[in-house]
Order: sequence, then C-alpha cells, then structure tokens
Amino acid sequence: MTFSFRLRKKRVNRSFLGSFSLFALLTLFGAFMILPLVYAVNNAFKPLDEIFMFPPTLFVRNPTMNNFVDLINLLGNSWVPFSRYIFNTVFITGMGIIGHVLLASAAAYPLAKHRFPGKGFMFTIVVLSLMFTPAVTAIPTYMIMSWIGLIDTYWAVIIPAFSYSLGLYLMKQFMEQIPDVLLEAAKIDGASEYRIFWSIVMPNVKPAWLTLIILLFQILWGSDGNGFIYSEQLKSLHFAANQIVQGGIARAGAAAAVALILMSVPITLFVFSQSRIIETMATSGMKD
Amino acid sequence: MQNWLSLKLREAKANKHSYILLAPYMLLFTIFTVLPVLISIVLSFTYFNMLEFPRFIGWQNYTRLFLEDDVFLIAVKNTILFAVITGPISYIACFVFAWIINELSPKLRAVMTLVFYAPSISGNVFFIWLMIFSGDRYGIANGLLIKLGIILEPLQWLKTEAYVLPIIILVQLWLSLGTGFLAFIAGLQTVDGTLYEAGAVDGIKNRWQELWYITLPSMRPQLMFGAVIQLTAAFAVADVSIALAGFPSVNYAAETIVTHLIDYGTTRFEMGFASSIATVLFMIMVGTNILVQKLLRKVGE
Repeated sequence: MTFSFRLRKKRVNRSFLGSFSLFALLTLFGAFMILPLVYAVNNAFKPLDEIFMFPPTLFVRNPTMNNFVDLINLLGNSWVPFSRYIFNTVFITGMGIIGHVLLASAAAYPLAKHRFPGKGFMFTIVVLSLMFTPAVTAIPTYMIMSWIGLIDTYWAVIIPAFSYSLGLYLMKQFMEQIPDVLLEAAKIDGASEYRIFWSIVMPNVKPAWLTLIILLFQILWGSDGNGFIYSEQLKSLHFAANQIVQGGIARAGAAAAVALILMSVPITLFVFSQSRIIETMATSGMKD
Repeated sequence: MQNWLSLKLREAKANKHSYILLAPYMLLFTIFTVLPVLISIVLSFTYFNMLEFPRFIGWQNYTRLFLEDDVFLIAVKNTILFAVITGPISYIACFVFAWIINELSPKLRAVMTLVFYAPSISGNVFFIWLMIFSGDRYGIANGLLIKLGIILEPLQWLKTEAYVLPIIILVQLWLSLGTGFLAFIAGLQTVDGTLYEAGAVDGIKNRWQELWYITLPSMRPQLMFGAVIQLTAAFAVADVSIALAGFPSVNYAAETIVTHLIDYGTTRFEMGFASSIATVLFMIMVGTNILVQKLLRKVGE
C-alpha cells in the first residue's frame, strides 16, 4: 500500500491576489469553525461568575478547575455513579468497533477481490443504504430488537453498529488497491482464502482500520442509546451529559466541563490518526 | 436457462469461502437495514398501534399525510429548505476548503484539516450553540449585539420562528464538513501531478482553469462519494433541530420529516402512519441521490 503523495512543485500560475483572497476566505471560515469550540473549552475553565458575565467573553480570565470538581460532586451524588456512565460508553464503543472492523473487513475482502454470483447486487444494496438515514428504519428496527430480545441491553446499540455500511464501503474501496500478485503468490504457496485474508490482507489495510475505528467511534461515542436503552445504569456518558445540560443555569459550569470531556477524546484520536485516514479516503471514490 | 443456472451454481460453489466471509456481515446488514426498509414499506399500508395486529388500510396513510396533515407539509417544506440550502452549500464548502487547504505546506495542511473537521467529529457537542444563542444577555450572540447597541433587550433566538430556521442551518453547516470533506482532501492529494505539468505546457494560465480542466475531472469518483454523504446528511436534519429548537419546536417552525416521524413513532404510537412518513422520506432521499449521481456522472463527459 505504497501511496506516495506527490508534493506538488511550486507552480508559476498563481496570482498573488488570488492566493491572498483564498487564504483570507480560509481564515475567516476557519475562525467560524473553531471559535465555538474555543469558547466551549474556555467555558469549562471559567468560574461561574465569568460564565454569567456581561458582556460575555470568549477567553477565560481566572481559570479554575471548579467546574470539574462540581461535575464530579454532582455525579458522585447521582444514583448511578459517574464511572458507570464512562464504563458504558467505553464498553459500547469498544465492542462496536472491534466487531465492526472484523466483520466489515471479512465482507470487504471478497467484494474487493473475488468474483462470484451476487457480488454486484450485494455491493449495490450497501451503496444504496448510504443514501438514507437510519431514522427511516427506526420503527421496524425497534420491533426486530424486541423480537430478538435486545431491548435494554448494550447489544441493541453494539450489534447494529457491526453492519454499518459506510465502513464496509470504505474498506472495500481501500482493499481494491492491494496488488493481486500478492494474493496470487500466497495462493500458490497453498494458503487458504481465510489465511490470505487474515495474514496478508488485514495487515495491509491498517490505515483503513483506523478510518473505520474513528468513524464508528464518532457514532458510538456520541450515542445516547438510540431509544433502545432504558435502565439508568446502562446509559451512556452522552446521555448523562444531556441531563446536565438540561439542568440550566445552576449546572452551566458542570455542563461546560462535560462538553470539554466529550469533545476532547475524538479530537485527540483524530489528531493521531489523521494521515492514515486521509490515505483511506483517497480510495473512497465511486466508480462507474 | 438451465445451463446458465447450473453454471452460476457451480461458480457459487467454487467461491464458497467468499460467501462464508460475507455471511456474518450480510446477515446483520439484512436484519438491521434491508428487513427494516421492507417492513416499513409494508407497515405504511396498515393501521398499527403496537398492541393490535396491523390492519391493512390501503393508501389511507398516504392520503392523510398529504391531504390532512398540515404539520407534515411544514415538515416537508423545512426539510427541502434544509436540503436545498445546506446540501449544495456544504458540498461546495467541503470542496473549496479542501482545495485551498491542499495548497498549504503539509504541517499547516494538517492543522487546517483539523480546524475544519473538528466540529463534525467532536461527539455531538452542538449544544455549545445553546450557550451561544441563549435567550439571556450572557449568550454570546445577545451579549455582542447589546454591547454594540444593535439591540436593547436579549432576543429569544430559539423561541422565535423567524430565527430558528437560519440558526439550525448555520449549525448544520458548521457540522457538515465531515467525511465528504476528508474524501476531497484525500482525493486532491492523489491527483496525478504530471497532469498539472502537462496542463501548464498545454496553455493553462491560472489556478481557475487548472481547477476546471484538470482537478475536477480527475476527482469525479470522490465528488460522487461526497455528494452522497452531504446530501444524505442534508435530508436527515433532526438532532440539531431537537437540541436547539426543542421538540416540538415553537409553532413547528423547525419541524422536519425526521422529527415528524419521531413524533408519530415514539410519542403517538401511530406506527402505520409513521411508517408512511418514513417511506416518503426514503423515496425522497434515495431518489434525489440517484438523480444527483446521474448528473455528476455527466460532468466532464
């Protein structure tokens, strides 16, 4: 998977005015994108009187950890301990990611590299499923969940995540660029298809793993149970966060703290995996 | 016919391992995606309240939806408004910013990619916007406008019909530089560099010509992928509407097809009727997507 990014040489056909206005545009909209997040980060460290100060300020003046202490106290007194919400979210996210990466990779391999009856049809319905939102199928999904007894368990969120279609799609597109010679050589050496999948294909698609991981992380980390989970002790961190946010003014500090915790984890993950994800996305295109 | 069938069967047998590898994923995909779509279409022709067995009532749900349900028409209007505004704008924004970012040095490029991608990845924390548009004067929007003397009293941003839609569109756009944006960044980095050199020889004078004649045609596959992602997101507006405008929103100003569906599916338990809403949404989304794919395929041909 040698994917050499060509660093383009400086070319002459660049007008200064054009560059200047484009970068001005980039800066302006970059500020629009990042300022709300900067505001959220600062709010987490503001003492309560600064959060409710007129005129409101973007940056914190007297940073304090009080909001985090508040948050811990608040959740320490709650019926379900805070650590339980964290465990729930981590468990759901972790299991969902492991299952999805394994199942989607296993399915992507034959779709990318084999020829067999029904392949075109299967891939077409997966692409079709990218074209509508899961809200469309919420009611029947609920019925199916209750038939197989998944309601009010972690698995109601985890198992559907296994078959997330964007992950399969990206993995399949990425696997297509594995050279066939590599697979042929292994076949001649007598390796079974399963062995080829596990010891040749899988190690070669590590960038795509990371992409699937982060996409699924995004979905599962922010999940509040999708309406399938009722028991308070099974609910997610995001659900607890929403409860705090709805607490209004008295909870504003704790809400800012929990927002910071929620957003810092996926952003950190992305910072460390960015180049791998871009590499995967390079193959994301839809071919005719 | 018989020959063809036995040939296919033999082919299938020879590829047993392919099916075995596909089976676990496809089984779950069928249970949680294919089957629900089919059930939803069937239920849309029934009266179903989760207690009694569904009763077939023909097209009644659909006639009620389009002829009697005024709120649904508001929902359709809003959904189309969101889709028509946020769909194309977010699509173009994804491309334009990816294109500008691609001109930067690798380090700066990584930073700017993060800046633009961060909102969409930050785990649904769009409730930040609740603090920005809060109805008291401590919210950033009110505070700033009062300070500047443009308004004298805080505005109830999220409780005023006229402001709700634009704010949701704004937040939706803020969240929309996601997977499509990354695909464009990646696509731009893989455009064959020799094409640009050849283009310069062939008389391409400036970056705009280069964009139009070389970059866009080389990126057609990514452009089509991005279109699906952005369009689907544009039609699915619901979470942001519920989080910011409440549910139901003031005078249904922020009702979308999805929130209407949630209303009938989870509050009123009219599952047959809700399924007809879902089916209409399904048709609109898949139909528009396929249409746009056809159009994009024509670009540059």
